[in-house]
Amino acid sequence: MRPARAAVASESGGTVHARGRRGARGVIEREHDVLIVGGGGAGLRAAIAVAERDPRLDVAIVSKVYPMRSHTVAAEGGAAAVIKPGDSLEAHIEDTIAGSDWLADQDAVEVFVQEAPREMVQLEHWGCPWSRAPDGTVAVRPFGGMRIARTWFAADKTGFHMLHTLFQTALKYASITWYHEWFVIRLLVEDGRCQGVTALELRTGRLHLIAARAVVLCTGGAGRIYPFTTNGAVCTGDGMALAYRAGVPLKDMEFVQYHPTGLPPTGILITEAARAEGGILVNKDGYRYLQDYGLGPAEPWPRLRAMEMGPRDRLSQAFVHEVRKGRTVRGPYGDVVHLDLRHLGEATIRERLPFVRELCLHYAGIDPARELIPVRPVVHYMMGGVHTDAAGATPLPGLFAAGECACVSINGANRLGSNSLPELLVFGARAGSAAAAFALEHRDLRLSALAAQARDEEERLARQWRRATGGTERLGQLRAALTQTMEEGCGIYRDAAGLRATCQQLADLRERVARVALDDPSYVYNTELVGALEFDFMLDVAQAVAHSALARQESRGSHQRTDFPQRDDARFLKHTLAYAADGAPRIAYLDVVITRWPPAERVYGG
Amino acid sequence: MAEPTITLEVWRYRPEQDTTPHLQPYQVPYRPHWVVLDAQNYIKDHLDGSVAYRWSCRMGVCGSCGMTINGVPRLSCAAFLKEYFPRPVRVEPLATFPVERDLIVDLTDFLEKLPAVRPWIVRHEAGPPDAEFRQTPEELEAYRQFSMCINCLLCYAACPVYALEPRFLGPAVLALAARYTLDSRDQGRADRHPVVAGPDGVWDCTFVGECTTVCPKDVDPAGAIQRLKLASALDWLRGVVLPWGRR
Repeated sequence: MRPARAAVASESGGTVHARGRRGARGVIEREHDVLIVGGGGAGLRAAIAVAERDPRLDVAIVSKVYPMRSHTVAAEGGAAAVIKPGDSLEAHIEDTIAGSDWLADQDAVEVFVQEAPREMVQLEHWGCPWSRAPDGTVAVRPFGGMRIARTWFAADKTGFHMLHTLFQTALKYASITWYHEWFVIRLLVEDGRCQGVTALELRTGRLHLIAARAVVLCTGGAGRIYPFTTNGAVCTGDGMALAYRAGVPLKDMEFVQYHPTGLPPTGILITEAARAEGGILVNKDGYRYLQDYGLGPAEPWPRLRAMEMGPRDRLSQAFVHEVRKGRTVRGPYGDVVHLDLRHLGEATIRERLPFVRELCLHYAGIDPARELIPVRPVVHYMMGGVHTDAAGATPLPGLFAAGECACVSINGANRLGSNSLPELLVFGARAGSAAAAFALEHRDLRLSALAAQARDEEERLARQWRRATGGTERLGQLRAALTQTMEEGCGIYRDAAGLRATCQQLADLRERVARVALDDPSYVYNTELVGALEFDFMLDVAQAVAHSALARQESRGSHQRTDFPQRDDARFLKHTLAYAADGAPRIAYLDVVITRWPPAERVYGG
Repeated sequence: MAEPTITLEVWRYRPEQDTTPHLQPYQVPYRPHWVVLDAQNYIKDHLDGSVAYRWSCRMGVCGSCGMTINGVPRLSCAAFLKEYFPRPVRVEPLATFPVERDLIVDLTDFLEKLPAVRPWIVRHEAGPPDAEFRQTPEELEAYRQFSMCINCLLCYAACPVYALEPRFLGPAVLALAARYTLDSRDQGRADRHPVVAGPDGVWDCTFVGECTTVCPKDVDPAGAIQRLKLASALDWLRGVVLPWGRR
């Protein structure tokens, strides 16, 4: 809180200013009420929530990239919220719970669905250029697993427009401080409370202590632990690993969403909206193969909750079966099926799917109005993440999380398309608000102890990474080995043998990373050092995924075990909690919150 | 047969080691589906981990990877090697910005100018409670193009005015001013006017149009600036010649 700050004397003597003060051994100290880590959709929404709650609260956003580079920018298809006559909150709740294969917490889903419309209208008032119906109301489109059209969209650049709207709106608030291109490398815990972070200022290479009365992690996903992913370079699971190392469990990490339509060889996303607009998936014989996997019949089309409008887990699993039957197409970059949009016509594609058209033309040399698009499943989203409650609070007091890096959980074993964008609004706002309340109630900071921790961290950085010369391992090779073993053992279908092999490979990589050789000795923009620190985070996240997957001896949603093909509610209607430990993570379980919707069979098609 | 290769000449400057910038050549495999960014990542992973550059989405929407490629400001994720092969590809930092290191430029000036034009919805009266504003598809179309800017700043690198007069607000900032001013939900035209039509605003632009030529998203900042000039002139006309027409 700004008026109070001048009076807060640090224990190490003198007053701490936001401009920073050189501490011992070059660590610079700063202080804020609320610190948001990550400047994507969730982080920006959280910062605005803090600023609106009390303008005297001093809030800062620290991000390793400029906010508009965050991966929210790449979301395409849309954002679900109940607004149209004929739709109901109850229906959105039921669709989300069925989509989750009953692993979502039902109280959290209710909160999410109830608050999503208000958040979406708020974003509309902030200027988001939603596509419109002729009468000027927002337009909606159907989406996979949803029984009615309720997905708002801004053509097929919905995430881009939401991110820029939030970023530009956040510029209004004088109480927000921005740390662009600062990379958080550790959470600082004192007296059992998270009281700040250490962060590397990339421009100078200096390590800073940023003390804060509450910290909100909004660092996004971790798709980069896989070789073929829609995720940008920034999606390295930083916040998940930061929380994990601070003793906070990662929840349901075994649930990794494969989006059924990625463009080889890059992994660029072809949005689900392409199917919502009427696109179909066909195998090498031109056959709509989804009808063979419980999603048919094929006609009439388009049809909700059926065929190409089924949930993502089912569609990606169907692809694997088609490969085994030899019915996929051998492309230059592996097996593919075809997404056919030709019947939509050029006008519809230009109006509703201009980005799909641009991406296909540019990156594949294909005109979707005339040619088939080669696609295959691609790692897209982590259902799991930092364990939080519906306020965004983690078990560590003072630490909050929201967006893809968090697991509330509303997505359970499979997220429905277009639920992640409203999720980052609803829970970004909730986490920001809860963090603000926490900061108002917990004023004291143990600054001298925090400074000592920061100095230790500087020494660790120097010892472990900055002088990483004379090593034998190249970062690029380690990264390739990590992503390859994740795909081999932790892909769409898994079994104990494959998972054990991956766990062993990851343990080996943990040893190999200690022998990494870095070419770059610089302080200024040492992007190789950042890459090494990110890799270290990715390895923790990958271990949590693999060990959680090995322990879950059932098949549910996106987690399919060939050795345990059935869903097992008696043993596993539970969330997995992975705790950091020496070597392999320690796995524990937590009951799923079931309120009004008892577990049932997921039925699509028909 | 050995895989064909292509030469990437990368502009290097490390302030801690180098006294002057220099071009460093690297031989990388030539693969027709590769963009310049793929070649850069190959260098970083296999040849030299010390080359510094920004990138993330590799699909032309995050705006991180603007650089000068064979003399032209481009996104490195959208420039294919096949456009240049077998000639070498020269990769340099974006022009007109101070260089921090290698291909990384200082964007502070843009970030400081951006809030000046109030790139958010300005309202002097409350919007509809608990419901969206009505905005027809035609009203959306009035500003949609100017909302497509990804802040890659290729337009600043191409702008001859910005190169000579760094105080100029520049193409992307002014395009965003137009984007909000033309939005039917916005009431901030008069609030933005002193900055947009001020000494560093639209009247600095000499309408060379290079910004629009290099824009990878067809935003047409030059067109946005012309729209703002027209609006500014009309405001002047209303205020001075026809004072009863003042809004």
